[in-house]
Amino acid sequence: MQHSNIFDYKNYRYFKLAVIVILIALLAFLLFEPAVGHYGGSWLGYGLGTLSAAMVFWMAWYGIRKRRYRSRGNTQGWLSAHIYLGTAMTVIATLHSGFHFGLNIHSLTYGLLLIVVTSGFFGNYAYMIYPRLMTENMGEDSLDGLLLRIAETDKLARQIALMMPDDINNIVTRACRETSIGVSLLEQLRGFQPDCPSATVVRQLTVLGGELSLEQRKLYRDLYSIMVRRESLVKRARQDLMFRARMGFWLYFHVPFTVALLTAMVAHVIAIFFYW
Amino acid sequence: MVTTLAPNIVQKTSSKTGIVTPKHFKLIIIGAGPSGLSAAVHATEQNVSYLLLEAEEAPANTIRNYQRGKLVMAEPRGLPLRSPLPFTAALRETVLDTWEKTIAEYRVNVRYGAKVVGLRRNTKSLEVELADGSLLSADHVVLAVGVQGNLRKLDIPGGDLPQIQYQLDDPQAYQEETIVVIGGGDSGVENALALTGRNQVIILNRAEDFSNCKDSNLSQLTDAHMKGVLDWLLETKPQSIEQNSTGEFPITVFASTPNGVERIPCHRVIARLGALPSRAQLESFGIGFSAPDLEALPQLSAHYESSVPSLYIIGALAGYPLIKQGINQGYEVIEYILGNPVEPADNALLREKFANFCSDRGVEDVLEKIRKSVPLLAMLNTLQLRELVLESNILLAKAGDVIFKRNDYSTTFYLIIEGELDVLIDDDGAPDATLKAGEFFGELALVSGRRRAGTVRASAPCVLIETPRRVMQKLIDSVQSMRRILNEVAIKTIVHLCIGLSLSEEDLNDVANNATLKSYAAGEELFHEGDEADGLYLIQSGSVTVSRLIGGREVVLLYVAAGHYVGEMSLVSGEPRYATVRAAIATDAVLIEAGRMRDIIARNPEIRGELDARYLQHLQDQENRQQLETAFDSKASIATQSTPSNLISFLIQQGVGEATDVLLIDESLCVRCNHCEQACADTHGGATRLDRDAGPIFANIRVPTSCRHCEHPHCMKDCPPDAIHRAPHGEVYIDDSCIGCGNCQVNCPYDVIQMAVIHDQPEPSLWQMLLGIKPKSLAVVDGPKVAVKCDMCKDIVDGPVCVRACPVGAALRVKPEELLSYAGGTSGEATLLGSDGN
Repeated sequence: MQHSNIFDYKNYRYFKLAVIVILIALLAFLLFEPAVGHYGGSWLGYGLGTLSAAMVFWMAWYGIRKRRYRSRGNTQGWLSAHIYLGTAMTVIATLHSGFHFGLNIHSLTYGLLLIVVTSGFFGNYAYMIYPRLMTENMGEDSLDGLLLRIAETDKLARQIALMMPDDINNIVTRACRETSIGVSLLEQLRGFQPDCPSATVVRQLTVLGGELSLEQRKLYRDLYSIMVRRESLVKRARQDLMFRARMGFWLYFHVPFTVALLTAMVAHVIAIFFYW
Repeated sequence: MVTTLAPNIVQKTSSKTGIVTPKHFKLIIIGAGPSGLSAAVHATEQNVSYLLLEAEEAPANTIRNYQRGKLVMAEPRGLPLRSPLPFTAALRETVLDTWEKTIAEYRVNVRYGAKVVGLRRNTKSLEVELADGSLLSADHVVLAVGVQGNLRKLDIPGGDLPQIQYQLDDPQAYQEETIVVIGGGDSGVENALALTGRNQVIILNRAEDFSNCKDSNLSQLTDAHMKGVLDWLLETKPQSIEQNSTGEFPITVFASTPNGVERIPCHRVIARLGALPSRAQLESFGIGFSAPDLEALPQLSAHYESSVPSLYIIGALAGYPLIKQGINQGYEVIEYILGNPVEPADNALLREKFANFCSDRGVEDVLEKIRKSVPLLAMLNTLQLRELVLESNILLAKAGDVIFKRNDYSTTFYLIIEGELDVLIDDDGAPDATLKAGEFFGELALVSGRRRAGTVRASAPCVLIETPRRVMQKLIDSVQSMRRILNEVAIKTIVHLCIGLSLSEEDLNDVANNATLKSYAAGEELFHEGDEADGLYLIQSGSVTVSRLIGGREVVLLYVAAGHYVGEMSLVSGEPRYATVRAAIATDAVLIEAGRMRDIIARNPEIRGELDARYLQHLQDQENRQQLETAFDSKASIATQSTPSNLISFLIQQGVGEATDVLLIDESLCVRCNHCEQACADTHGGATRLDRDAGPIFANIRVPTSCRHCEHPHCMKDCPPDAIHRAPHGEVYIDDSCIGCGNCQVNCPYDVIQMAVIHDQPEPSLWQMLLGIKPKSLAVVDGPKVAVKCDMCKDIVDGPVCVRACPVGAALRVKPEELLSYAGGTSGEATLLGSDGN
């Protein structure tokens, strides 16, 4: 399908805009050296600072805009601009600082800005990679559907295992009981369970099939294929949860640090006008 | 209601009548159905002394015997209700409630459980005998007993077993039973459908198909049969029913099928065999019939008076099966009895229609003028003409007024009573044809459901009749000669449109008269690669795909929509068919034979040039697409399944072929944020009309559960209040008049319509949004559920919010004509004609 994503939206309109903004800021920085030298308090510094502050507020407004469904225009355009102009902002803020850093509220603000932008980069990466992987993993299935099917195989496997020797019954029951799917954030993010009982049981079943009666042998084959199917279902469910977690995880940094940045920035501006 | 009466009882009663002096009324009404109730209520209004007799213990038993929750229709739509008895299309329960209230309010003088067993005329009055032996007399009697009191019963051994019933009251009452439904009419099919899901249902139909059913019932039935929840036996008659002493099933039905006798053990038999006027009884009353056969109607005067003086017959028994007709007759019959002249119920409405047109003449006069000025209407009988005019608009246009524009999606049909109009097909502004009084236009959009092929503009002051598609469709279905003429003209129009702009009138007529109209089911081939060329196919309705065998598999090269043609390549080159053409959905095509076509080409160098140019263009397009296909093929093995042509095949399977506009989700971009659904719900009364998560996927493209805005919307087929419309740009939407019957939900093959309570969503304020507070909804008093579906945000500036709310550009809307360029990334034209610049 040929249509634009957030990066090449309207033929890279916002990329071009960001480049222009950066070039103008750089040019100004190189051409005009204020008498007091490059720092935030010079007229150029004030100019770049005001621009940066306005841009920070505008970037933060995106969070509101995308939930205002009755506004006009495309959210896609806003996101494209958010990404490119957000990136350009780091350059402008750096020029605004005039490369003066220290242990103070001003550099803290700058640091927070970098964290917010960097986490945004992770977001871009996640949005580029994971949607495709998620579709490949799930196809037309939904997570709920998978969990339901796992529950069904559990039931079936337990029933068959009851007719099996104790050792087989034990490992099957254990697998059904102890398999966990994305219970903690850590497990969700890494997408697997160490020593996963569902995988173990498949491995163990291959060696336990030795002393079975003729009737049990047929059931054993059924049980084996059920457990193999179950293992792949469990894997897919974990993968899906992992993709979801990774695709959303960066927001745990991006949003709180944006709030912190806004606070620090307000403090930074107040500090300048009252205590300079 | 009345049941059959043995003639010997009449004998007995007649010998008794001399002894008792009957109680006398001015009027006795027999049967408290809609017609009888209406008569009684109006009689109350007019202070006539009357008595209403009802055999059962409650009024309106035919409707009471409908299954629970069934929608009672108020057809014909255009007919006004003139009786004080209220009636609109509503659920069975609502209708019954309203009538009970009316009976109480008017203090209707009704006697329940009063079964009439005899009726005789003596010199002065009519005498009525009841089953309890009492006698009544009246100056006038109105018989409004309907036909349902005389249901056809199973006349076979075992037909009287307790497990056999002739109506279904509450389908929910039966769970996990095997039920045999006998009868393939609407009532049988409706009962069977209501029982599916919880029961095993088998329909026995003595006919070879269900062609007597309403369209909606038929499609639901076929659907249920395909899903395997219902079974049917055709050309099958029950022979006998036996009681089983042991086993799970209490009875066994023995039925003769084309393959011999079948044993069907079951719990219950529901026989819906229709109903008949109880002829024997009516004849014993002295009523004459128009013909000897069982279905014949009683002889009636224009005032509903039967062959027995002062005995009137109204409603279903008189041959008017619709409730509204019966109710109006109830009113009219009272007026007749009082000696007041009554004009037909729809006259007032017609007069209103004619307010701007010949308002100085009588309604009948104007109708006659209309009939005379438009030959097409001469085929209709007076009732049909009245209905057509009632449902249509009378349109007065000044010279220069545009009636519709090219590429509009409107589907109404126009008849010209007076005046003249120009047709503009291309962009040069010069008229390509003129239309005169007595002619009609708009038949192509009526047939194809596609955009208008040309602009029509009045060149002189005009009077037009604008008729909705639904009404025309109904007329075409019932009046064969009208269908034939419309088809002929539609063929001529499409020929003119596709190839004939430069053709002489004579040639055009010659081609049109010799063209044949062919119909194809979805998936059927128009012609096959390698076949001898048999002619040129003009697609009149539906759409087709053009495909070739490349590397051993069928590759779709083109998608061609109605209003365009296929098959010209072999005609020009003289070689066998270059590709296979297959109907994407049910398609009608006009075939012009090869010989005739070559003849025309030889005589018309302009057409030759046009076809040649198209031929070269095609070669170029197809070459490009084949390059693309092979390029895809040579990549890794996973890529082979996601070539553009496979994607097109997939989308056509998903119904895109009959779509106007379909929502797709690019799953390789979608971050599953659900803003599309939330935006939809937020702007559409709290109910989202798309389900992002559900729907088939192919090559990263998901077709979510969301309206495709079909060319011939399935949802529009059976909408009692006519609440579903198509906007000029193709959007199919449901207006406020929805009554929540759910027909459209059932009829939609794509499951995109749902029933929901709609309440306006206030937009959250900034603070509410920041703090995550849900805005306080307006007080919702459990409103009624109505049908909701995508309206393509036709009332929202900037267009569909689902697409605009998507932050990553994964949601996109596609028209089928754009499929190829979307799927393949080529600049190639998607349609063969491709010139209408959609």
